[in-house]
Amino acid sequence: MSAGTAALSPPRTDGPGPVLEVTGLSISFSEGRRRRDVVHDIDLAVAPGRCVAVVGESGSGKSVTARALLGLAGRTARVHAERLSVAGADLRNADERAWRRVRGASAGLVLQDALVSLDPLRTIGREIADPLRIHLRMPPAEARARALELLELVGMPHPALAIDRRSGELSGGMRQRALIAAALALDPPLLIADEPTTALDVGVQARVLGLLEEARDRGTGVLLISHDLAVVSRVADHVVVLHDGRVVEQGPAAEILGAPRHPITRALIAAVPTDVPRGEALSRAAAADPEPPVAPSAPSADGTAAAGGRRPVEAAPAEAPPMSADPRVARDAEAPVLEGFGLAKSFGSGATAVHAVADASFRLHRGRTLGLVGESGSGKSTLARLVLGLTPPDAGEVRLDGGAWSTLVERDRRPLRPRIGAVYQDALGSFDPRWSVRRILRDALGAARMPASDAAVAALLEQVHLSPELAARHPLALSGGQRQRVAIARALAGSPGILVCDEPVSALDATVQARVLDLFDELQRKHGLAILLISHDLGVIRHMSDTIAVMRSGRIIEQGDADRVFTSPQHEATAALIRDSPRLVPRAPGTNR
Amino acid sequence: MPRSRVLRRVALRLAGAVFVLWAVATLTFFAIHLVPGDPAQAILGGPGSQASQEALDRVRADYGLDQPLLVQYAAMLGRLLSGDLGDSYALKTPVAGLIGGQILGTLVLALLALVVAWVLAVALALWSTSAGRAGRAIAGGLELTAAALPHFWLATVLIAVFSTALGWLPPVSNDAASGLVLPVVTLAVPLAGFLAQLMREQMLQALEEPFAVSAAARGETAAGLRFRHALRHAALPAINLSGWAVGYLISGAVVVETVFARPGLGRTLLRATELRDVPVVVGVVLVVALVYVLMTIATDVVSRLADPRTTHSGGAT
Repeated sequence: MSAGTAALSPPRTDGPGPVLEVTGLSISFSEGRRRRDVVHDIDLAVAPGRCVAVVGESGSGKSVTARALLGLAGRTARVHAERLSVAGADLRNADERAWRRVRGASAGLVLQDALVSLDPLRTIGREIADPLRIHLRMPPAEARARALELLELVGMPHPALAIDRRSGELSGGMRQRALIAAALALDPPLLIADEPTTALDVGVQARVLGLLEEARDRGTGVLLISHDLAVVSRVADHVVVLHDGRVVEQGPAAEILGAPRHPITRALIAAVPTDVPRGEALSRAAAADPEPPVAPSAPSADGTAAAGGRRPVEAAPAEAPPMSADPRVARDAEAPVLEGFGLAKSFGSGATAVHAVADASFRLHRGRTLGLVGESGSGKSTLARLVLGLTPPDAGEVRLDGGAWSTLVERDRRPLRPRIGAVYQDALGSFDPRWSVRRILRDALGAARMPASDAAVAALLEQVHLSPELAARHPLALSGGQRQRVAIARALAGSPGILVCDEPVSALDATVQARVLDLFDELQRKHGLAILLISHDLGVIRHMSDTIAVMRSGRIIEQGDADRVFTSPQHEATAALIRDSPRLVPRAPGTNR
Repeated sequence: MPRSRVLRRVALRLAGAVFVLWAVATLTFFAIHLVPGDPAQAILGGPGSQASQEALDRVRADYGLDQPLLVQYAAMLGRLLSGDLGDSYALKTPVAGLIGGQILGTLVLALLALVVAWVLAVALALWSTSAGRAGRAIAGGLELTAAALPHFWLATVLIAVFSTALGWLPPVSNDAASGLVLPVVTLAVPLAGFLAQLMREQMLQALEEPFAVSAAARGETAAGLRFRHALRHAALPAINLSGWAVGYLISGAVVVETVFARPGLGRTLLRATELRDVPVVVGVVLVVALVYVLMTIATDVVSRLADPRTTHSGGAT
């Protein structure tokens, strides 16, 4: 395993035995005097040149398992295993020195969220050279040269410049590449990747997955931790499904993804929105509910039971105008509730000005969803702020219900604000943590000049399928899905006709995301809501949208009917987005490596 | 950063500094007139001099002390603007010369104390973050105690132990280096407790961050994690506080210089205040404020150098 030649080394053929062997792994944490068991009796094996994926919801014990394999589960963790070996080294009773010999040399770790996984005060060149310095005592100049090679290996643009940059100066994809380069510095036989593509744009995600595939094809054993089955289906040979710290199902990827047997696996697969038709519930198959069972099951029956795979346009509210045979035609003939004309917004001035939005026009109709998709930095969120009347446009106009909106002064706009509700990605950050759910909702009701009674709060909670008992809780005491439901309830407080949702499910687990998406569908059917849905996730956009607008560098480069955009994209960038977006397509056993 | 923005920043800082100096001079001037006593007495040799009423009246007229307070204030501002700190009432010598003779001793004392406090704080933070739970509790107790120690009490105890009982060090500060030890330690220990507490918390926080886990996963040693990663993150807030610390040290110097009978600005200020020697008080306070402003700018520059995130060019390492 010569580090100097790893970039050029031929596929590894070190035959004997798996690079990772774990049997009977259990992990518990001490909390005061009590012990909490988080992982029970797990078996794992990774062979050279293979990729094993561990999937499950957050809290299923995936990440702590990954860390325990490197002895990094933390001071309060107690790890027990009948067998625990990495690259042939028995680590059951390893002391700190023995662990250090493994870390970085026999096994590399790539963590989620590269923004905080690289030291913001050090250059990535130093971070990548760390294993060389630590394990090989390589002189700095030589280590730097090797770090440069590694940056080239992971496809970093302008490696000679990037090597002296710090994480704050790099994009998300570049950071993830740097992290992978650091993990691969010594060409370790085992690479552990913990949610390596979460929070990345699809294009970047595809390239990062490509890097993992390349490492695998060079002979590295890859252990991939993920909650995203679409990602897993692309690279994994073998899938292990975890739930509550136990393995509920495992086997070849094609088998697990193609013919899942356990309900948990089925729920995870059903939650992937990519190829589920518009209007069809994603969470129906979710037999086991990892969230506390606070939602009474009854209210969803009216919505989801009717949805047999077709969009039930008949379920539109009674006050909707009469429709012709094709409801879509009828809808589009209606006046749009929200319209943007030639919107532009730039920040800064002169040569350094950033044109966040340039010449964007769109229409949003009652009871319809406009999906706005694009990479981060493409201007989606700025457009949302223009629509919400939080930022005045430099040029163009937003019109609400055919009347003025963006041109109004705030005093005249305020009475109209309840017409538009907003839901953001970071629900927690949008709440005052000292306020109870009741106070949050009462505040929203008051702002919309609605009666802020306890009954009104309970009615709002019921609309989002939360128990009225939650009203007394504080945001920190809620799960991620519950928080996002409270955020939706708050957006509904003014009985809006329009919802603007900026990445509303990006921070949620797949099955929680599925239930929240179903809730949006149901609310839209009940109230005829027009929804502007912003997401970087093409699967979410495709499942939820009637029309789609694709943004790139502040411009809407393509706009049209959802099916048309997906089946015959007119713009090269749209085609690339669709191509890079991971889909849940289990490879046939024959093509499985 | 474009040149124009740099210039704007510099201009803003200078304007801020001028404002601080004006505010300090104003506050000091009015504050000292709230203290009972008669400057004319001070000019004629203090309350014990038994000067005649005639002499007092003449002095008041000569020095403009019979004018309304606002007129005296305006006269002082005019003098300060022309760069003249005036003459001491009591000593009849220029204030600038008086300060010039004393400032070096105080600055040496304060800066040495700052360096010693940093060394102690870094050592304590490095040790306590590697020690177990008991070590951390001990370190926490030490830091809290040190930070709470009053200078006059610490000075007295140090003299009692190291001069009177052990006889290792002189109780009175002299020109020899050994005379500096006790005053410097007196000033440094409480500050070290304060800085160590701050740094320890920051280090523990940094060690919990994912980047520390990533580094550990590359095989970094526990010491490497603290030196290469955590210490730098902990040093940044401590650097930012060091500008404030110099002000704290100079005010502490008033006590320490008095206890150790060491010449310096602190003692000069104390005597001048007792005598209501207005020009000296205003002059000393202005100079201390100037040092404070300069230190704040210096820590800003240092923390910019230490924290690459605040510069836009990058690639400096």
